[in-house]
Amino acid sequence: MTPAAGAPARRLRGLTLSWGLALALAAVLVPFYWLAVAATRSSAEIFGSPPPLTPGGHLTANLRNLQEHAHFGRVVLNSLAIAAVYTLGAGTVCTLAGYAFAKYRFTGRNTLFGLLMLGLVVPAQVTLVPLFQLMADLRWLNTYQAVVLPNLALPFGIFLMRQSMGALPDELLDSGRVDGCGELRLFLKVVLPPMRPALAALGIFLFLFQWNDFVWPLIVLRDSDSLTIPVALASLKGVTDTDYGAILAGTAIAALPVAAVFLTLQRHFVSGLLAGAVKE
Amino acid sequence: MRAGRRLAPYAFALPALALFAAFKLYPILRSFVLSLHRSVDGADTFVGADNYVRLLHDPLFWTALKNTGVVLVIQVPVMLALATGLAVALNSRLLRARAVFRLGFFLPMVTGLVAYGVVFAVLLNEKYGLVNWLLQGIGSDAVPWLTDPLWAKISLALALTWHYTGYNAVILLARLQSVPAELYDAAAVDGAGPWRAFRHVTLPGLRPALLLTVVLSTIGTLQIFDEPWILTRGGPDNATLTIGVYLYQNAFSYFDFGYASAIAYALAVLIGLLGLVQFKVLGDTS
Repeated sequence: MTPAAGAPARRLRGLTLSWGLALALAAVLVPFYWLAVAATRSSAEIFGSPPPLTPGGHLTANLRNLQEHAHFGRVVLNSLAIAAVYTLGAGTVCTLAGYAFAKYRFTGRNTLFGLLMLGLVVPAQVTLVPLFQLMADLRWLNTYQAVVLPNLALPFGIFLMRQSMGALPDELLDSGRVDGCGELRLFLKVVLPPMRPALAALGIFLFLFQWNDFVWPLIVLRDSDSLTIPVALASLKGVTDTDYGAILAGTAIAALPVAAVFLTLQRHFVSGLLAGAVKE
Repeated sequence: MRAGRRLAPYAFALPALALFAAFKLYPILRSFVLSLHRSVDGADTFVGADNYVRLLHDPLFWTALKNTGVVLVIQVPVMLALATGLAVALNSRLLRARAVFRLGFFLPMVTGLVAYGVVFAVLLNEKYGLVNWLLQGIGSDAVPWLTDPLWAKISLALALTWHYTGYNAVILLARLQSVPAELYDAAAVDGAGPWRAFRHVTLPGLRPALLLTVVLSTIGTLQIFDEPWILTRGGPDNATLTIGVYLYQNAFSYFDFGYASAIAYALAVLIGLLGLVQFKVLGDTS
């Protein structure tokens, strides 16, 4: 129990701490607020003096320009389709592999898992050039599969799923087998249902990873109608008369909806990620 | 044991293994072969270690290495000190609305690199940016954030810190929450003030998570590409040229695939040692 005499001092320290952190958080969130403001302003207003601090009326004009210069509607659909297909595909691949390495003893288990984890250690840059050549040889440049396939077996995802599956009691699986369940049905009917929170975490992670990915899509997507949002935004920047109002409206579309989705689903996400990251 | 059960793990792991072999393992090996060749007009000539010798005498590579090293030695410790402070504050029993704070500080991590790069580039614009407008409002001179070699490095460090501090703080916080409260009570009984409690209870408790964040940040920093590319394209005067940016330029601006692959392998060797540590940290967790 807190001694009565210490209570006012503790209260003061608590208030100081809360307000100090609130101030720091406000500073951290300034870019988000400013992004929302800039998305609704024209380039002239954004670079005016003083800079605008409240939303304006230029959002529709910005979106129209974005559509005109970058076919942005198509770009958003590309991003959504690629991220959705990737999330489903990589989610399946990583979950299956994670389950195999977590719950079966088999010859070559440690070697194969170590090999997969090599992907965490070898920097992605090492594979960029050969992967690009491979995609060019397959005539897959500007296709969805060129973006999606190379990262489908994401080492971090496999690692995460192995960690989460490890917590599943063996007795549960054994009782399923005693009941005459085949291995695939066991996986679908017994293993997957209790894994829902971990699967949600994996799903959010994969979606964000693909939605925000820049370098690889930048390399394999060249045709303006195949681009994803980050690549389209980067290609708009640096053109002689850069339309920053339009770019920032596009940036807001890239950042604010996923931030909102994250905020609603974050319970799963953070705890799921940390289950993989800091277990003893 | 039934055959189904014996074969099942191989069947489950097969898609991952096949994709990994095709899109990771093969390119890793192919990259090494490429690094021993010079590519001219699509034709490859074997040149042995020439690309690696060229690397050692390439002043731009050393500039990139130095720039990356500066970020590593200065930005990473500052960021992790901030993250530790933040984690301790978030863990305090005196704090209200902890969930809101935890979430808010994590939010930058969710933002894509291009999105925050664009926002920072505009916010830090020398003539028209909000940051300089605020600075001038309190009587300071305008800061050449992205156009001066030193300030460009500082801007890069600021952007990285904004993006990753909250993420590291959340990893550290999760670890802190498993430090038994009795240890703090015992320290208080022994007459330890907040600082001594931090040094003798908090820091030792944080050790494994700190090690993890150090290793992850180091490996991430050695590979940085997106932030310097979006903010400054590696400039001004190569002040923010990182190994990742230099590699990308050689591969996809000059199409010098052999040399780019040699740079990639130099980077891989650099990360190799640290990667082994990472693998140990991450691999020992089951």
